[in-house]
Amino acid sequence: MPEPLLSADRLIKRFGGLLATDSVSIDVRPGEIHALIGPNGAGKTTLVSQLTGNLRPDSGTIHFAGRDITHLPTHARVRLGLARSFQITSVLREFTALDNVALAVQAHAGHSFRFLADACRDETLRRPARQGLAEVGLAQRADTQATALSHGEQRLLEIAMALAGDPILLLLDEPMAGMGAEESQRMIGFLRGFKGKRAMLLIEHDMDAVFQLADRITVLVYGRAIASGTPEEIRANPDVRQAYLGDDLVPPPSYGGGGRRPEGEGDTKNS
Amino acid sequence: MRTAWRTPRGLATVLLLLVLAVLPLLTQVFDQRYLLSIGTRIVIWAIAAISLNMILGYGGMVSFGHAMFFGIGGYAVGILAHHGIASGWIQWPAGIVAAALWAAVIGALSLRTRGLYFIMITLAFAQLVYYLGAGLEAYGGDDGLNISRSRFTGLLDLRDKASFYWLCFALLCGTLWFCSRFANSRFGLVIRGAKSNDLRMTALGFPVFRYRLAAFILSGAFGGLAGILLANEGAYISPAMMSWVKSGDLIVIVVLGGMGTLFGPLYGAIAFFALEESLPPLLDLGRKGWGEYWQIAFGPMLVLVALYAKGGIDSLFGRRHA
Repeated sequence: MPEPLLSADRLIKRFGGLLATDSVSIDVRPGEIHALIGPNGAGKTTLVSQLTGNLRPDSGTIHFAGRDITHLPTHARVRLGLARSFQITSVLREFTALDNVALAVQAHAGHSFRFLADACRDETLRRPARQGLAEVGLAQRADTQATALSHGEQRLLEIAMALAGDPILLLLDEPMAGMGAEESQRMIGFLRGFKGKRAMLLIEHDMDAVFQLADRITVLVYGRAIASGTPEEIRANPDVRQAYLGDDLVPPPSYGGGGRRPEGEGDTKNS
Repeated sequence: MRTAWRTPRGLATVLLLLVLAVLPLLTQVFDQRYLLSIGTRIVIWAIAAISLNMILGYGGMVSFGHAMFFGIGGYAVGILAHHGIASGWIQWPAGIVAAALWAAVIGALSLRTRGLYFIMITLAFAQLVYYLGAGLEAYGGDDGLNISRSRFTGLLDLRDKASFYWLCFALLCGTLWFCSRFANSRFGLVIRGAKSNDLRMTALGFPVFRYRLAAFILSGAFGGLAGILLANEGAYISPAMMSWVKSGDLIVIVVLGGMGTLFGPLYGAIAFFALEESLPPLLDLGRKGWGEYWQIAFGPMLVLVALYAKGGIDSLFGRRHA
C-alpha cells in the first residue's frame, strides 16, 4: 500500500457546544479518488476547511506530501500542491474566464511583486491559461466575463483554476452542486479522466457520481467518520444504511434515477 | 491603445492634460494668477487621490484616514526645515520614507480587519496622527508652522509659482504613469482579484495580506509625496492638513471621479475644486451670505452621483474597455 499523500489524524473541531469534527482521521493515497459523504450538517465542509487551512482544528494533525501542514496558512498549502474548489461557486466575477485561469497560473509562477509589466499580455501566463480552459472545454468562452457564464461553466472554470497549479491533490467540495443531469455527467466524465493521475478528495451529495468515481468512501455522520471502505463495503455497511435511513445510498445497478439531495443547508460552517 | 485618443474619453483626457500642461502660461495671459494656485492644489490633491484610488478603487480597501499621509509628508518637510535642513534632496526622501514606514505599521494592524472595521481603524490612526501633530508645541501645535520651501539649489526655485506648478504636474504625470502600469501588472491583478473575491485568491495560493500591505505602503508613499508638495505649496504645515474632513474629501474625490479608473481621481479633483470655488459665489448671487453654506448644494450632488453615476465622472465618457 502506497504512503498516503494526505493524512489527517484525529482532528477535532468545536463550535461552542457543537462537536463539528469528532476525532476524524482520513487519508488520501496518490492517484485515488476518495469520496467523503454524509447527510447535511455532518461536518463535511468543516472538515475540508481544516484540510485547506481556512479553519484551525482544536487538536489533531494534518500531513501532506510528507510534511506537517497543521499550522500552515492556506496559501502555503496551495503552493505545496493542495488545491480546492468551493461548494458555492467562487470565481472572480469581474474578470473574464481567461483572466481567472491566468491568475491561477500566476499564483504558481513565483511572487507577484511585479508592478510595471502588463500581465494581461504576458504569454507565460496567458498560454497555459488558454490551455487550461481548453482542457475543461471552455476555450470558446475565454473572453466572456465570469458572471456571464452558465452555472455549469462556472463550475468547470473553477476546476480549471484549481488545475492551473498542477496540484497533486484536489479537494472538490460538491463540484456537481446545482448542475443539471447532463452537466453532471460531463463533470463526472471529466473527473474520471484524472483517475490514477491526480488524487482527489471528493465531497458530493450525488450518490451516482460518488459510486461511479470513488475508489474509497468515508461516511461522516454528526462529525464522526462512521465507516470507510470501498464502494461495495460502504453499500453493504448496516451503520451507513441506518444513518441514511436507507433512502438514496443504494442506487439501482444501472445509473438511472439520481440520488440528488438539496445542497448546502446547514452544511457550511466556514467561519 | 494607439487609437485610444480617438474615443471621447481619450480625447477629453488628452485635451485636459494639454490644458494642465500649459496652465501657467494660460493664467499669465489671462492675468488670473489665483487660478494657478487652485490649479496647483488640484494637481497635488489629484496625486493624493490617485494614491488613495490604488487601495480604495483597485483594492476595495476603504481607508478613511488617507489625509494622515498629507500630514506625515508635510511634517517631515516642516520639521526638517525648522531645524535648518532645507535641502529637498533630504527632506523629500525622508517624507516619503516616513509615510511608507507609517503605512507599513498601520497597514499591518488595520488590514487584519475588513469592511466597516477597516474604515474605523484607519480613521482612528489618522486621528492619532492628527492629535500628535496638534500636540507638537515645538512645531506650532494647533496653529501650525510657517516653513521655508524645500531647496533644490541650482535646479529649481520652488518659490516661483510656475516652476512649482510644473514640478507638481510632472509628478502627477509620473504618478499616472505608474498607476497605469500598476493596474494591469501582476501585482495590480492580485490586488484587484482580492477586491473581487479574497477567499478565492487565497485558495489560489496568494498570500493576500502581504500584497494588500504592499499596496497600502505604496499608496502611503505617494500620499506622503502629495503632503510634501502641499507643505511647499503653502509654505505652511498644520494639523488641519490631516483632519478627518480632508480624508473624507479624498474619498469624495475618488468616488466622484470614478473608483478604480486611471483618470477618475484627476477628474474628481478638478470637479471638487471647481465646485468648491464656484458654488459659493453662485449661491451668493441668490442671496448674500448663502455662499457660506455651499456644501448644502454639494451634498445632494454627491448623492446623485452615488445613485445614478456609479462609475463617477469617468463613466460619463461611456463604458471602459478592459
